[in-house]
Amino acid sequence: MIPTFLVVSFIVFFIIQLPPSNWIERHIENLALEQGTFTSERHLQLAHELTERYNLDRPYLLQYGSWILNFLRGDMGESFEYGQEVSVLLAKRIPYSIMISLLSLFFVYSIGIPIGIYCALNQNKISDTIATIAGFIGLSIPNFFLALILMVFGLYVLDLPVGGLFSPEYEDAPWSFGKFIDFLQHVWVAVVVIGTAGTAGIIRVVRGNLLDVLGEPYITALRAKGLPEKMVTIKHAVRISINPVITGLGMWLPSLISGETIVSIVMNIPTAGPLLFGALQSEDIYLSGSILMVLCLFLLIGNLLADIALAWFDPRIRYD
Amino acid sequence: MTENQEQGRTIGQLIWRRFRKNKLGVVGGLVVALLFFITVIAPFLATMDIVEQSARHILAPPQKIYFQSEEGEWRRPYVYNLIKHRDPDTLRLMYTEDRSQQFPIRFFVKGLEYRILWLISGRTHLLGVDEGCRWNLLGTDPLGRDLYSRILMGSQVSLSVPLVGVSLSILIGTVIGVISGYLGGRVDHYIQRTIEIMMSFPTLPLWLALAAAIPITLPSAYRYLLIVVILSLIDWGGLARVVRGKVLQYRGEDYVLAARMSGCGLFRIIFKHLVPGTLSHLIVCATLSVPGMILAESALSFLGIGITPPLTSWGMLLKDAHKLEVLVYHHWIMIPGFLIIVAVLSFNFLGDGLRDAADPYS
Repeated sequence: MIPTFLVVSFIVFFIIQLPPSNWIERHIENLALEQGTFTSERHLQLAHELTERYNLDRPYLLQYGSWILNFLRGDMGESFEYGQEVSVLLAKRIPYSIMISLLSLFFVYSIGIPIGIYCALNQNKISDTIATIAGFIGLSIPNFFLALILMVFGLYVLDLPVGGLFSPEYEDAPWSFGKFIDFLQHVWVAVVVIGTAGTAGIIRVVRGNLLDVLGEPYITALRAKGLPEKMVTIKHAVRISINPVITGLGMWLPSLISGETIVSIVMNIPTAGPLLFGALQSEDIYLSGSILMVLCLFLLIGNLLADIALAWFDPRIRYD
Repeated sequence: MTENQEQGRTIGQLIWRRFRKNKLGVVGGLVVALLFFITVIAPFLATMDIVEQSARHILAPPQKIYFQSEEGEWRRPYVYNLIKHRDPDTLRLMYTEDRSQQFPIRFFVKGLEYRILWLISGRTHLLGVDEGCRWNLLGTDPLGRDLYSRILMGSQVSLSVPLVGVSLSILIGTVIGVISGYLGGRVDHYIQRTIEIMMSFPTLPLWLALAAAIPITLPSAYRYLLIVVILSLIDWGGLARVVRGKVLQYRGEDYVLAARMSGCGLFRIIFKHLVPGTLSHLIVCATLSVPGMILAESALSFLGIGITPPLTSWGMLLKDAHKLEVLVYHHWIMIPGFLIIVAVLSFNFLGDGLRDAADPYS
């Protein structure tokens, strides 16, 4: 976990420094536009301050070292575009990213697992085929395209607000039931879009596994001793067959994050996605780097939790 | 099928037999073949220059094709010119037909010069109308460019990016997979950890970061290549794992030992005895990673950091649909989206069918 974190963070640091641009000069020019032109003395002083803060005169590895240490301490540098500390910006946005991702995960599991079970129990019937094909179609629609279609549908057919997270009247209001409903009305499109592709995957996995499990001798033994079919499937077969779905958590998370990013950009939802996109385009490197890092951390923690959940869920699995 | 019939058939024949039974897979394969055929002859099918703009045809709807004259007689299909004006109340763009002149649709008309696969050059296009009419089979985009021709030419990018990208992934994946599986030990350990780390990245944010690092001033063709490289850079891990697993399995088999005993060199063992065994799984895995690449390229182009003009792709064409009011009143600009779905779906069906057929002895 810790070596992985170090490698990942180094790659992120490397990537955000790829664009060959002089962002110090650009940053000072931006400041000059806001505050009036600087004297050359002030200009030099600013450049010196920035160099000092980010250790730019030190070797590459040291720059990386100070960046990652500061990142872990919560000092993520300053966003040049917004003129704010990155940590302040992220504190506003990341919770929504995580909230939407978790809602999508919940959506994926609560739709995918029952359909998968149903398909396996009705193998090769028409309903199974329809569900399989529907799953494939869900897998094949580009996220951004589905988001566009659902936005038009929500806006012009259902007459619901789309885009953003809250209606203006709830924007700054404290959390209440009304605000929560408003929130759900805004994010359902995003959740459905992000979840669609994942649902197809879950259906496949659950269906395949349940079919495998149902063919095992211990299931035959249960039937032979006269256990009702319902008990056989639900209590004994299903429980084993959804293990891979839980380990799969580590696999679904990256696609959830990817989906969340693009859907938020398309629908203009104020999560980390659009912030990252803007930061990458304006080469706001400490902002984009920190967002990438937080997303990677989120994935690493998700993987760890998936492992723990599996060990708890399936006592046969023990890590040495 | 009895045991006797099974014997004496090559693996290829067995795979083909099993694949044929999967109807969805066969249909998917046919659609993929059709799409690639259309892509290759796209310049011949296109009716107009894809960069030709027209202020008089901004967001013009698809022209209606008439098969009957106004008196109701059957005749050669024809279209009318469209005239742009604004609705006096809503100020929305409106188009009406100019009924004064009919323009019959002709086959094999001379037009823009083109080349197919850098080899065949020509000026003949499948369909067209006479001078004096602008015929937009599928309407136009916000700059008045012909959507039908743009979709056709865009397919060349949309479908070649995954093809080139997957080829690159296969190359990297096979080399690294063989090294990892054959050498084993510490090398294998480090390669596997590297792949795991790569797979734990959130793909889209990483693509965004890499694509944003490409200078905007770079010519279209270089940008195309770099996008392909970026896509396969993250994609090869899965392929390498498949190859590694198979190589690991075959490495200990007697026939490999026999080859080594009879003095085969390392390269001969690897490429003559190990790689062919992984081929069927490699092809399946490659086919299944094509959809992801199509989707990735279209997402990047949709966001404006993928392909740049004068090249175009289906994702880039959908950029115009990002403004909801445009999308609602001019729904023909969604057509590229449905083509993406068709392409991705057929590749998924094809890959799925191949996967079931890949192991004919199971």
